[in-house]
Amino acid sequence: MAIEQHNKPGYTDQSLIRNFCIIAHIDHGKSTVADRILQLSGIVPEREMRDRFLDRMDIEQERGITIKSQAVRVPWTFDGTEYTLGMIDTPGHVDFTYEVSRALAACEGAVLLVDATQGIEAQTLSNLYMAIDHDLTIIPVLNKIDLPSAEPDKHAEEIAGLIGCNPSDVLRVSGKTGEGVADLLDQIVMDVPAPNGDPDAPARALIFDSVYDSYRGIVTYIRMEDGELHSREKVHMMGIGMTHEPIEIGVISPDMTPTKALGAGEVGYIITGAKDVSQSKVGDTLTSAVRPASEPLPGYRDPKPMVYSGLFPVDNAQFPELREALDKLKLNDAALVYTPETSVALGFGFRCGFLGLLHMEIVSERLSREFGLDLIQTAPNVTYEVTSEDGSVHHVTNPSEFPDGKIKKIVEPMVAADIILPKEFIGAVMDLCQEHRGQMGTMEYISTERVEMHYRMPLAEIVFDFFDQLKSRTKGYASLDYHEDGEQSADLVKVDILIQGEKVDAFSAIVHRDKAYSYGVMMTKKLRELIPRQQFEIPIQAAIGSRIIARETIRALRKDVLAKCYGGDITRKRKLLEKQKAGKKRMKMLGHVEVPQEAFIAALSTDEPTDRDTKDKIRAAQKKEG
Amino acid sequence: MTYEIYIHVPFCLRRCGYCDFNTYTAPDLGGGASRGNYATMVVREMEVIHRWQDNHGIEEPKASTVFFGGGTPTVLPAADLVRMTGAVRDIWGIADDAEITTEANPDTVDEDYIRELADGGFTRISFGMQSAVPHVLRTLDRTHTPANVEAGVRAADHAGLRSSVDLIYGAPGESLDDWRASVRTAIGLGVNHISAYALTVEPTTKMGRQIASGILPRPDDDDEAAKYEIADDMLAEAGLRWYEISNWARPGYESRHNLGYWRNVDWAGIGPGAHSHYAMPEGSRTYDAHGIRSWDIAHPRMWGQALSMGRTPWQGHETITHDENLEETIMLGLRLREGLDLAGLGRALGRVVAPDAFASLRDRGMITMDGGRITPTRKGRLLNDALIADVFAICDL
Repeated sequence: MAIEQHNKPGYTDQSLIRNFCIIAHIDHGKSTVADRILQLSGIVPEREMRDRFLDRMDIEQERGITIKSQAVRVPWTFDGTEYTLGMIDTPGHVDFTYEVSRALAACEGAVLLVDATQGIEAQTLSNLYMAIDHDLTIIPVLNKIDLPSAEPDKHAEEIAGLIGCNPSDVLRVSGKTGEGVADLLDQIVMDVPAPNGDPDAPARALIFDSVYDSYRGIVTYIRMEDGELHSREKVHMMGIGMTHEPIEIGVISPDMTPTKALGAGEVGYIITGAKDVSQSKVGDTLTSAVRPASEPLPGYRDPKPMVYSGLFPVDNAQFPELREALDKLKLNDAALVYTPETSVALGFGFRCGFLGLLHMEIVSERLSREFGLDLIQTAPNVTYEVTSEDGSVHHVTNPSEFPDGKIKKIVEPMVAADIILPKEFIGAVMDLCQEHRGQMGTMEYISTERVEMHYRMPLAEIVFDFFDQLKSRTKGYASLDYHEDGEQSADLVKVDILIQGEKVDAFSAIVHRDKAYSYGVMMTKKLRELIPRQQFEIPIQAAIGSRIIARETIRALRKDVLAKCYGGDITRKRKLLEKQKAGKKRMKMLGHVEVPQEAFIAALSTDEPTDRDTKDKIRAAQKKEG
Repeated sequence: MTYEIYIHVPFCLRRCGYCDFNTYTAPDLGGGASRGNYATMVVREMEVIHRWQDNHGIEEPKASTVFFGGGTPTVLPAADLVRMTGAVRDIWGIADDAEITTEANPDTVDEDYIRELADGGFTRISFGMQSAVPHVLRTLDRTHTPANVEAGVRAADHAGLRSSVDLIYGAPGESLDDWRASVRTAIGLGVNHISAYALTVEPTTKMGRQIASGILPRPDDDDEAAKYEIADDMLAEAGLRWYEISNWARPGYESRHNLGYWRNVDWAGIGPGAHSHYAMPEGSRTYDAHGIRSWDIAHPRMWGQALSMGRTPWQGHETITHDENLEETIMLGLRLREGLDLAGLGRALGRVVAPDAFASLRDRGMITMDGGRITPTRKGRLLNDALIADVFAICDL
C-alpha cells in the first residue's frame, strides 16, 4: 500500500505546494532520479518499485504512447510538515523549445541535473537559459556520483561558473543508489517558491501538455494558476475559444486519481472527452465557463514549423490511414502541421511541417511503428522566399513550388547554432561548419577542456545531415542546440532528377549552387545502384533547369531465369514468383520504370561522397560548368 | 493421363562444391538407408505410396517413364537399379514404349554396367559432363576427365541406350572460349540430347561460402546470358534445337520424363526429399483441392525410420488450389518450345483470353504466337521470370 497523503487535491494551501521540473540532457539520468523520488516519497512502495517500473514500460510499448510522469503529485515531509511537490516533465528535445517553455512556465523551480561524468551539454544549457528567463529558482545537481568516472568537483566548477553559485551549492546525487535524493527533496521545499496565484479569482489553468490515450481520449495536463476548477464544471479554452464538459479532473500520484477539485497552484489533469485534435493545445489557458477569467495567461502561440517533408504511403490505399494517424499524433504534438499533397511519383500523401529534423524523425518513426504504415518520406526542405524576375514572391516549402524562369532573389532561414565540444575537436567542427556555409561567431571556454562555439548557419544545412556528421566527427562528444536567427539571401538552385527523361518530383532538391553537382552525382549514382536492372536501358540524369549536370545509365537486364525447374523445384519456384509479385506491389512505377521504396528512402540519407569515382565525377561536372 | 516415377538416390562418392542436392557421401546413413539396403527401402516406399494412392482414390495408369536421379544413382550396383525398375513394373506396370533413364557420373560406369542396365530395360543415360575444360572441372570439384565421358557415351551407344550430357556454364574463371570448347566437345560426342545449366550458387554450399568470402568471384548474369546465347547458337547449328529453357535435343530425342514435369502431369517421387504430384480425382473427399504435392523426409535415416514403421515418409505436403495450379501451368509451360495453349488457359480461367492481350509481349520480342500457343523467344527464355509475371498479370493471377 502506498502511504496516505494528508494534503488533499483541491484543499491544499499554496504555501505547501512546490512545483518543479527537471532539466537534463538526454541520458543524464532524469528518469532514474524521478523514479527514485517517487519511491522515496512513499507513493510507490519500495517492494513494488521494480514491478511498477517495468509495468509502465510494458504499457508504453503496448499502447505505443508515452504515459510519462508528466505531472506527478509527490508528498514530502520536511520539518514535520507535509508538502505537496508537483514534478513536471519537460520534453527533452532540441526541437520542442516551445513545449519546454510551457512546462517551465508551469513551475517555480527547476532542478538542473547534470551527469557528473559528462558535464553540461548544449541542450541543458539552452533549457537552463530558458528556465532563468522564466525566473525559475535553479537547484543545481550532479547525478551519477556513484560512477568511478564521475568528476563532480570539476563539473561543479563548470556549473557554478554558469549560474553564479558556489561549487559547494551544487548537490550530489546518485539516481541509481538513491544517495542524496532526500537532500534534494528537502532543498526543493526550502528553495523553490510556493505558487502565488489568487485562489479567489476566476479559474485560470495553463495547459502544458496534452496526451492522447486510446482508452480515455485526450488527457490534458494543467497547472492551476488562479482560482479553482471543480469536477462537472464546464471549462472554456480561451485561446481557441471552445467550451467542454469535463468527464474527469484529477491528479497523478502515481496513478490517475480523480478528484473533486483542483485549487490554485496545483498540478493535475483534465479529461474533457474532446476527440478533435485541435481542442486541447499546449500553451492555451483553461478557465471556468460559468465564471470565466477575462485575461488568458501569457505566452500562447501556434508553433511554427521550420522543416517540411512529404510523407506518402507506399500503398496509396493507405492514404486514409495516414490521415487518421497524423490526426492522432497531432493530439500529442501541436507543432505537427500537414496538408494533403499529390506527387506525380508518389501519389497521394501529406506535406508535413516539423519543428526540426529530429521532430520529423520521431513523427515518421511513430507513424511506421505505432500505426504500421509503410511510408516514403521525401527530403526535408525549409521555407524559402523566392522572388521571380517579374517581382512575384513565392514561399517555397517544397521543391515542386520552386518557380520556373529567372529568379531575382532567394532568401533562406538562418539559425544561430551553439555547439559544445571537447577542445580537441575544434578544428574538425570548424571544417564541418564551413562546409555547411556556417559563419563563425564567438567561442568560449566553459572549462579548461570544453568550449562553446557559436555559428550562424542556414537552417537548410542543419536539417540535412549536419547533426549526424557532427556526432561522427566528434566521436559523439559534441552537443548542438539551435534557434531561429533571421534570414539571408543565397545562391540556390533547384536540382531535378530525371529517370528515363521523366522528372521525378520526389527527388528534386533546392541546394546551394556549389553543392548542386555533388547532389546530382550522388543521387544519380545512388539510384543506379538502388533501381534494379530492367528489360530496357534506363538513363538517370540530374539537371538544373534544362541543363544536365550528371548522368548514369542502368544497363538492360539480360537474364533473370533460373536454369533448372524440375519436380522438386516447382513449389519453391511458384512461391518465389508469388513473392516477387507481392514485392512488385511495393514498387513505384515511374513511367515504365519500377523503383523500389529503398530508393526513395535513400534520397533522405546523405552519406559523404567518399569513394573516388564519385569525387572524380563531381569534379568533372564542376569543371565542365566552370 | 500420364504417370511417371522418379527415384532419388542420395549417395555420391564425393560432394561437389556447388551442389546443394540432397545427397551424402557416407555409404550408411542409418535407419536402414545404406547403399547396400537402399533398393529394398525404395521398393518398400513404392508399396506404401501405392497403398496411399488406393486409399485416396488416385488411380494411375502404367508408368510411361522412370527416372533415377541423385545424388549419383550409379554408385549403386546396376542390379539394384534394375530391381527397383522391376518393382515399378510389379506395382504400377510400365508402358511398353516407356523411357527409363538414369543419371550417371562418368566415373562410376563402365561397359558392363551399362550393358546390365540395357538388359534390365533402361533406354537412356544422362551423363554429368559439366565441362570439357580441366580447370573448370577442377573449380566444380569434378573428378572425371573429358575422356571418361567419351567412353561412357560410346558404351551407351554399343548397348543401344540413348545418351544425354549435362553442361554447366558460368563457373568462376570460365571464359567465353572455355565455354565454347565445352559445347563443341559435347556436340562432338554425337549425343542427341544436351542440357546446359547456368551455375546457380546456393549460399549454403562450399562454393557459396567461398564466393561470400571473396575467394571466388560471383557468377555474373551478363556473362551467363552471353554463354546461354553461345550454347543456343552452337547447338541449334548442330541440329539440336531447344525444347526447354535449359534443354536441347534432336527432334524425337527430348526427355519425356522431364517434359512431364513441365506439362504438369502426375508423378510419384520415391526416396529422401523427393517430391510427388497428383491431380486430385473429381469429387475426392479427402482433399478439397485441385491437386496435391508432397515431399519426402529429406534425411535418409529419418526417411528410413518412417518407412520401417510403415508410414508414408512425408515431410510435408501442400494442396494446390485452382489458381496455384494455373500459376504452375503457366510458369512451366512458358519454359517450353511447345509453349502455352491459350485455349486450355482460357478453359482453366473460365474466360476467353484474347490473343490481343499478348500483343505487347510479342511486340517487345518476348514471345511468338502460333496456332493458339505462345512460345518464349530467346529473350523470353532469358527473361522468363519477367515473362511469367506479365502473363500472370494478363490472367489476373
